[in-house]
Amino acid sequence: MDITLQQVSYAYAKNTPFEKRALFDVDLHIPSGSYQAIIGHTGSGKSTVLQHLNALLKPTDGSIQIGDVEVSAGKKNKQLRKVRQKVGIVFQFPEHQLFDETVLKDIMFGPMNFGVPEQEAKRRAIELVSLLGLPDEVLEKSPFDLSGGQMRRVAIAGVLAMNPEVLVLDEPTAGLDPKGRKEIMDLFYRLHKEKGLTTILVTHSMEDAARYADRIAIMHDGKCVLAGTPQEIFSDEGRLMDFRLELPQSMKFQKKVEQMMGKKLPALCLTEEMLAEELARFLKKEREL
Amino acid sequence: MKREIISLQEVTFTYAEEDENVRPAVNNVSYTVYEGEWVAIVGHNGSGKSTLARLMNGLLFPQTGQVRVFGEALNEQSLWETRSQMGMVFQNPDNQFVGATVQDDVAFALENNGIPFEEMVERVKQSLVKVKMSDFMNSEPHHLSGGQKQRVAIAGAIALQPKILLLDEATSMLDPQGREEVLSTVRQLREETDLTVISITHDLEEALLADRVIMMNQGSKYAEGSPEEIFQRGQELVDLGLDLPFAMNISRLLKTQGITLVAEHMSEEELVNDLWTSHFNK
Amino acid sequence: MLEKMIFGRYIPGDSFIHRLDARAKLIFVFLFIAVVFIANNWITYGILVAFTFLIIRMSKIRLYFLINGLKPVVILIIFTFLLHLFFTREGAVIFEWKFIKIYEEGLRQGIFISIRFFVLVILTSILTLTTTPISITDALETLLNPLKKWKLPVHELALMMSISLRFIPTLMDETDKIMKAQMARGSDMTTGSMKERVNAIVPLLIPLFVSAFKRAEDLATAMEVRGYKGGEGRTRYRKLEWAAKDTIIILSLVVLAAVLVYFRS
Ligand SMILES: Nc1ncnc2c1ncn2[C@@H]1O[C@H](COP(=O)(O)OP(=O)(O)O)[C@@H](O)[C@H]1O
Ligand SMILES: Nc1ncnc2c1ncn2[C@@H]1O[C@H](COP(=O)(O)OP(=O)(O)O)[C@@H](O)[C@H]1O
Ligand SMILES: [Mg+2]
Ligand SMILES: [Mg+2]
Repeated sequence: MDITLQQVSYAYAKNTPFEKRALFDVDLHIPSGSYQAIIGHTGSGKSTVLQHLNALLKPTDGSIQIGDVEVSAGKKNKQLRKVRQKVGIVFQFPEHQLFDETVLKDIMFGPMNFGVPEQEAKRRAIELVSLLGLPDEVLEKSPFDLSGGQMRRVAIAGVLAMNPEVLVLDEPTAGLDPKGRKEIMDLFYRLHKEKGLTTILVTHSMEDAARYADRIAIMHDGKCVLAGTPQEIFSDEGRLMDFRLELPQSMKFQKKVEQMMGKKLPALCLTEEMLAEELARFLKKEREL
Repeated sequence: MKREIISLQEVTFTYAEEDENVRPAVNNVSYTVYEGEWVAIVGHNGSGKSTLARLMNGLLFPQTGQVRVFGEALNEQSLWETRSQMGMVFQNPDNQFVGATVQDDVAFALENNGIPFEEMVERVKQSLVKVKMSDFMNSEPHHLSGGQKQRVAIAGAIALQPKILLLDEATSMLDPQGREEVLSTVRQLREETDLTVISITHDLEEALLADRVIMMNQGSKYAEGSPEEIFQRGQELVDLGLDLPFAMNISRLLKTQGITLVAEHMSEEELVNDLWTSHFNK
Repeated sequence: MLEKMIFGRYIPGDSFIHRLDARAKLIFVFLFIAVVFIANNWITYGILVAFTFLIIRMSKIRLYFLINGLKPVVILIIFTFLLHLFFTREGAVIFEWKFIKIYEEGLRQGIFISIRFFVLVILTSILTLTTTPISITDALETLLNPLKKWKLPVHELALMMSISLRFIPTLMDETDKIMKAQMARGSDMTTGSMKERVNAIVPLLIPLFVSAFKRAEDLATAMEVRGYKGGEGRTRYRKLEWAAKDTIIILSLVVLAAVLVYFRS
């Protein structure tokens, strides 16, 4: 399911003294099956873009094509529910949306709203709980008796249970400890690969954007100022700095090493593993010379 | 011998004492923090760090063991005096902003301690200068970024000129920019005063800034030492839910690629130097 | 939805009205409520409306925003108007169609009541739109201070109020966020039968309640570690200052009242 934003503008509280323009003519194309990262400093409009992706917000100008549904300024649209079923959003701190008596019921809430039969919803919930690395006992517990990290996983399961084709993630690991962060990011990547989920990730971590995404877009002051592959995006440090962003750590280190050696490594090292590999290969070659 | 500021002696605390199945949130923990030190307490989510914080300023009292502040046992009588000597900043920037505006929030502790009006005005001003928020005196909290709110919280915590600043994951809900703002504020405060800092964190960079690291695991003290000593433990830490410094990760990865190094390096400079001397400069 | 409401919010500014002491504004509004009831004919209601517009002008708040933001209240006013229009049976019949009869007195009453309602709402809104919530709380605390003698916990009430006010924007954001999160999970709060809609509110209310509770708990802790132990022995950072203009605005009401008494029938 392709998603295309065309000249999307958005203003919060339009026509009040508190009116706040958040997006200005944003163009963005997200092909089906891709892993798109959206980066940019706080307040640049990332979350506002995300909420357009399943029509929680409608553009005040411009239009969005989500699969075969078009959402545009001023027009009523009866197919929004269809969109919402296909595009699952994991909001920032999603554990705040838990409400039901048991974890099981909470996970079943989404699919049942979209008319999935109870048995099927239950089956999905049981499957997802183990996929997210939670013990089976939690199913019958109240979500409010779990630890913060477990609640986060339950909330994510609640979104995955709708079987979306597109998964939208707004800083999904904020506040978790490093181990929890890595486990969850790896899980999303696995789902992206195995189920072909189109994945859209908003993150402050340049490392995550470089490691997981195959396309990156930069938001700055409500505009989409740059979009391309990680190699393209991270090849120009000067531009990144204009948008108050940094290089991933591995690339910063690559630069240091290159400066010391006076020579360049053959590729941009997006991850630590890649850096170690390239560096090792390079050092071995140097030794042979 | 440096002066002892806070000391925990075999402290154990369980939230639901009557319930047999609940294991202690803090189990037989002892450590001492000395004047002017920066101590980081690290550990996975749920390892008991916040409980330690609450024990250190008398929001909770241990079931066994003792907490000493400035060499004296912390109890109901010494409680308020202790609190006026210990500024505390919590994780959620929104939930600790008491005042309606920045200056009201900074003044809150001063009001509670009956500081006269003129002095209050002066101290609010000074504290806000120290955290570089004096341009925002009249701002309301929902117009501030997370990093700004946390800096205001720090200003509020230091307005009473306490000896100790206790940060409980004060940076964990912030974006990288906010985190940097808060950390550089704390660093600068330490340069200007002899403030003792205890920071609870799982942010690596923050832990590396400390003089000493105390590592918690499932309610017990797992290790204690300089950041170097702690991070030398490598994979052990990863298994317990922590990150390793970037340079160490690269060192370890290089090793698996068959590149020998003098050591697993903590800092990028050391690693670059090692690469330079042992592999390139031959 | 929520974001369009302006009742109870503050618009920063530097008008004459903005700069008045909050106590003056509070006293003004309370006195005004009494003064409004003096009016009883076209001239006096006319004077009231004129006075209200003068105040709006002095607050420099755009009329458009005011009306737009008060839409829900306007609907209420129209409703009250119709109620009086149809149910007052006095005076001459001025309109008749099938079973509907409208009397002269009904029309008059409807218009008068609406005007009364309208000027009260406008002036109270202007109070809140031009005064920071904290000043209103401070003003209330000072004005109610004498009641401490009768063991009324004035300080605690004022603090509670200021904290609630301070959390309104946070909770509004939170409501918006949770509403969207549940909508994204297919919950539908805007269509369906009454029962369905009520059911759809549960997934919104429970998280809000849980979060408000957590915030209250955090806040209580934050206050305790900063040495809060009740109003005793506390000093105050906020000082209110009564100036000549504050006396003038109160006097203007006295003049208004005198004029109204003179013209009333
Ligand atoms: N509910 C809202 N009402 C008014 N303004 C908002 C609201 N949500 C966000 N904004 C504003 O819109 C801009 C973009 O916000 P957002 O999309 O949340 O940015 P990001 O996710 O990149 O931090 C910011 O200036 C923010 O203050
Ligand atoms: N108020 C509380 N009531 C009951 N149990 C609690 C409470 N706060 C924390 N715990 C439990 O105590 C343990 C330690 O928690 P905490 O000190 O908050 O850890 P950390 O701050 O390291 O994440 C956890 O298992 C947690 O579930
Ligand atoms: Mg955001
Ligand atoms: Mg904690």
